[in-house]
Amino acid sequence: MKPGQFAYHAPQTVQEAVAMLAEVASQEGRVLAGGQSLVPAMALRLALPAHLVDINGVAELGRLAAETGELAIGACVRHARLERPVVDGPLGRLLSNVVRHIAHYPIRTRGTFCGSLANADPASEWCLVAATLGATMVAKSVRGTRTIAAADFFQGMMATALEPDELLVEARLPILSPDTRFGFYEFNRRAGDFAIVMALAVYRVEHGVIVDSRVGVGGVEGHPRRIAAAEQALAGRAPASEVFRAAADAAAKVVEPIDSKPELAAYKRDVTRTAVRRALEAAEKSL
Amino acid sequence: MDAAKSGPGAAEKFVGRSVPRLEDLPLVTGRGRFAASIAFPHQLHMRVVRSNHAHGKIILIDASRALAAPGCVAVWTAADVTAIPPIEFRPTHIQGLEPYRQPVLARDFVRYVGEPVAVVFAEDSYQAEDAADLVVVEIEELPVLLSASQPPGEFEPGRDTEPAVIRKKYGDLDGAFRAAHAVVELDLSIGRHSGVPLETRGVVARYDTTRDVLELHGGTKRPHPNRDLLARMLGRSPASVHLYECHIGGGFGVRGEIYPEDVLVCAAALRLGRPVKWIEDRRENLMACNHSRQQRHRIRAAIDAEGRILGMDDEFFHDQGAYVRTHGARVPDMTAGMLPGPYRMPAFRVVGRFRLTNKTPAATYRGPGRYESTFVCERLLDAIAAKVGIDRVEVRRRNLIAKAEMPYTRPLDVLDTGMVLDSGDYAGMLDKVLARIGWDELQRQIKRRKAAGEAVGAGVAFFVEKSGLGPVDGVRVTVDATGTVEVLTGAASVGQGVETVLAQICADALGVDYQRVRVVHGRTDRIDFGFGAHAARVTVMTGSATHIAALKVRAKAIEIAASDFMEATADALDIMDGKVVRKDRPDGPAVTLAQIASALAPAAAIAKGREPGLSADGWFHSDHMTYPYGAHVAVVNVDRETGGVKVERYLAAYDVGVAVNPMLVEGQIVGSMVQGLGGALFEEFLYDESGTPLCVTFADYMQPTAHEVPHVDVLITEDAPSPLNPLGLKGAGESGITAVGAAIASAIDDAIGMHGAVTQLPVTPQRLREILNRAR
Amino acid sequence: MSDNKTEVVLTVNGKDYAIRVEARRTLADALRELCGLTGTNSGCEHGVCGTCTVIVDGDPVRSCLMFAVQAQGKQIRTIEGLADGGKLHPLQRAFIEHHGLQCGFCTPGFLMLAASTLERDPHISDADLVEVLSSNLCRCTGYQNIIKAVRAAAAEMRAR
Repeated sequence: MKPGQFAYHAPQTVQEAVAMLAEVASQEGRVLAGGQSLVPAMALRLALPAHLVDINGVAELGRLAAETGELAIGACVRHARLERPVVDGPLGRLLSNVVRHIAHYPIRTRGTFCGSLANADPASEWCLVAATLGATMVAKSVRGTRTIAAADFFQGMMATALEPDELLVEARLPILSPDTRFGFYEFNRRAGDFAIVMALAVYRVEHGVIVDSRVGVGGVEGHPRRIAAAEQALAGRAPASEVFRAAADAAAKVVEPIDSKPELAAYKRDVTRTAVRRALEAAEKSL
Repeated sequence: MDAAKSGPGAAEKFVGRSVPRLEDLPLVTGRGRFAASIAFPHQLHMRVVRSNHAHGKIILIDASRALAAPGCVAVWTAADVTAIPPIEFRPTHIQGLEPYRQPVLARDFVRYVGEPVAVVFAEDSYQAEDAADLVVVEIEELPVLLSASQPPGEFEPGRDTEPAVIRKKYGDLDGAFRAAHAVVELDLSIGRHSGVPLETRGVVARYDTTRDVLELHGGTKRPHPNRDLLARMLGRSPASVHLYECHIGGGFGVRGEIYPEDVLVCAAALRLGRPVKWIEDRRENLMACNHSRQQRHRIRAAIDAEGRILGMDDEFFHDQGAYVRTHGARVPDMTAGMLPGPYRMPAFRVVGRFRLTNKTPAATYRGPGRYESTFVCERLLDAIAAKVGIDRVEVRRRNLIAKAEMPYTRPLDVLDTGMVLDSGDYAGMLDKVLARIGWDELQRQIKRRKAAGEAVGAGVAFFVEKSGLGPVDGVRVTVDATGTVEVLTGAASVGQGVETVLAQICADALGVDYQRVRVVHGRTDRIDFGFGAHAARVTVMTGSATHIAALKVRAKAIEIAASDFMEATADALDIMDGKVVRKDRPDGPAVTLAQIASALAPAAAIAKGREPGLSADGWFHSDHMTYPYGAHVAVVNVDRETGGVKVERYLAAYDVGVAVNPMLVEGQIVGSMVQGLGGALFEEFLYDESGTPLCVTFADYMQPTAHEVPHVDVLITEDAPSPLNPLGLKGAGESGITAVGAAIASAIDDAIGMHGAVTQLPVTPQRLREILNRAR
Repeated sequence: MSDNKTEVVLTVNGKDYAIRVEARRTLADALRELCGLTGTNSGCEHGVCGTCTVIVDGDPVRSCLMFAVQAQGKQIRTIEGLADGGKLHPLQRAFIEHHGLQCGFCTPGFLMLAASTLERDPHISDADLVEVLSSNLCRCTGYQNIIKAVRAAAAEMRAR
């Protein structure tokens, strides 16, 4: 299982990187960051890029900084850097909680947060986090810089809004207020596997009722997304098991599993209900 | 390590002690030499072009672009190897299997995705893969048959896909069913899975022109029989073909059989005049290395009012895949013969339908036929318990063969030999296992936890294994002039610790430190006869032969010592730590084995009218296999909502007869248990409707990791040494896998409070959830 | 005619190896075939089994998922460098003592994974240690003795 041949490029700056991408994108050029998803695909010859632009040498892409209410995660920030909370408050704890579910430790020393977003696997934990928290993605090309909201970024299974010559340089997550509760639940068959179903629930409680809720589900549809029906079932209600159940039921009803086999699709709906409920229960306990 | 000296001045004993392995040092320091590490100058790399269709007629193969690719030296198809016959299977009394043998390259038809269609030879492995991708294969699709329980289809014009039907029976089955208080009926399936060692297959062939010898490096499991088969297929004398074992990354039954690729590298080395190396990749391994286990059983039992079995009647469908491979129909034969397990069974009938499908061919995987038969038999026992309303443990007590009945002859043939359960205290084993797990307290805990809302349960399963496949093995033990002992065997290593175990046996019989013993294995050029490592045979057969040979060398050394060196008669002498000493003065004058070996150097020996060499051959013969046995207890926690199963506790008990090295036996039990766990919950080779395999990476074929494995409590007993060999040995290579599917199924039933819920392995979360949904 | 290979220097176990590779040659294959360091085995080539684990700049890394050209300038450690001359590392001794290997194919990967983990965090909790060990596959041992061996070595390394 050897990869096909490719021309290798190792830019040292973002400018060099996007210039190279502009040249090679139309000839099947791909960005190489952590390589933990791309290289296996190349080994299986499912991906046969003629060019690889290795961005690991671009120092500025290693930036991880909290600024103006956002956590900026540069393209080369590895999963492992998020294992200890990198910012005070719920966001740091949320990332630290979720990261342990991503594959295994040796994958996390190489794989990158932004690489997961660009890869857009339906069962990617970071894609779920980005979609649920409403991350902003920053893309650069020779044509300039643009920001893409999460709701627009994820377009389907392994598909994003990025143009072939665009480099995702950074993702920005909103820093959550100290009273934000979060809960994450993932079901898989073995530790470290891709999620069969996962859910991320985030909310605050004001005057005894749930406000600003966000409920995301991943592993079921073409890409993770917020489930409005679940959030509506929570809004203005006091946190309680019947309320969580109602939200979970609502989510299970509206998700559209991409699995073609009806039994598998039905199973995923079932587990969606469980995942949402358990994520909400975890959120309630998180403060 | 535990001391085992039997008294002051006694020789140190090694059998029964958990001494560290002789094999380990190179393996922990990165000096392991597995097949992929073998490299000869000027070697070529072979890459197989495999069928992408499950069934079809080959219309054309165009290798022109491949031949033009950088580094590509040759491309072969079936037309280039017409002189090579299809691959044979082991001798068997079952008729009619020949037409179903696999050709080394597909001829006219392809019958499974992954079947070798062409081979490419190139200067390096990357180039070989590039060139292989350029070979164009056009196939006209034919209908695909993917189920063995559907009626047979067409294998080729005039021949259907059911090469054989295994039939066994004894007793008055009709009478049993007429007299029955009740009948229990089950429809059970075991999913397709297999050994999947961590090292993929790979071999390197080289033709040595100086000796006219074809060498195959990396072979294992059955070096001599494989050598003979290869020699026949290539039209060479056996003496001009030699197999060399290197380090082997696990066998489990699937490595070391003759596959098309082994024959092709040999033919290529001969024809192309360069060494040829083939290392399979993981994707190939999952679709082309032997599969196993897939069977469906429709079983019924006639029982009396106390839950005793009056008769068992089973029809099963064995999914063999596309061809009959080197085991012929042995796996369904073993399934059929071992189905009654440890239980009394006055009447019995089994019909095993050996059927081909358009999937990867299947053969033996650790505990072959018995993982399947134990799942079926134990599910039946649980069903019987439920039917008559008795406890699952009690139903087993009522049916287990008693110790007093041993040796117990079952009127059945398995692998062409009669079945005689040689020894065993089954009821005693059951008692020990229940005591060890604390069964009564466990039941109380489960009851409390269930009341609190958990779906937790326990299952117990009993099993009988086969080991020590004979009929014969031979070994030469030699002491050289430095006092080093060599045990020359025809055994093979698959990583299980052969060298250590045989060294321990030799050391005790001869009177030396086991670390001075070198065991030679896997070398057809050093010993003429050998039977390899499989069917848990090495400790029993090779071990017994080693014991016999070492005792002869001991006797020889003592005789020479008595006559030439010591002022004593032979019966006053002993050997301790490589020295012949007086029994009554172990610290007194001594002569070393090295000195005696020197005294037997050719000139000195012949001058005294003796045979040169401090050496002896030992042969051990056994008509019957030994039948070790054991029981497992599993405690599981089911997540009713997701269908996820967590194994909280596991006890694996095994009577090994005599444990040469308890630490190694325990290692075999735990390792094989985890493989069994894989088959129970995780591992399955799935296919889509077109016959395309869906599990061709480690992301899809799920093996347990450390996270999924409970602590396995191991209970090794030595209650029933085998009466069939001098040391009482039974094998341990297949010791922990057999009952795992059954134990976990039983525990899951208990956890969810549904009798007979689990009828299919693996119990995936989705399947379990569906069972729970149906029950609502 | 260009053969699209480049010169790369790999620094492995403190020694430099000058090799010529295509960009697509993985670090695993380069170590094995061009540096003569065959101790690192290759179990799946798609990054799941962990058999090929080596240490790169202190981190455990799956060498089948890295290209040799990416590894220039980094400190690479393989199984061949784990022992200190003739003196075995506590992990190596523990694996022998506790029967933490059978066929030995996965062993170098486990040893390098465990070594890098314990070096980074000698006081790692037992639960976290087992989690890390679940990164790699073993088909022979059932993991029990691997865990035992690593625990024993960890205790010894902490005591120093």
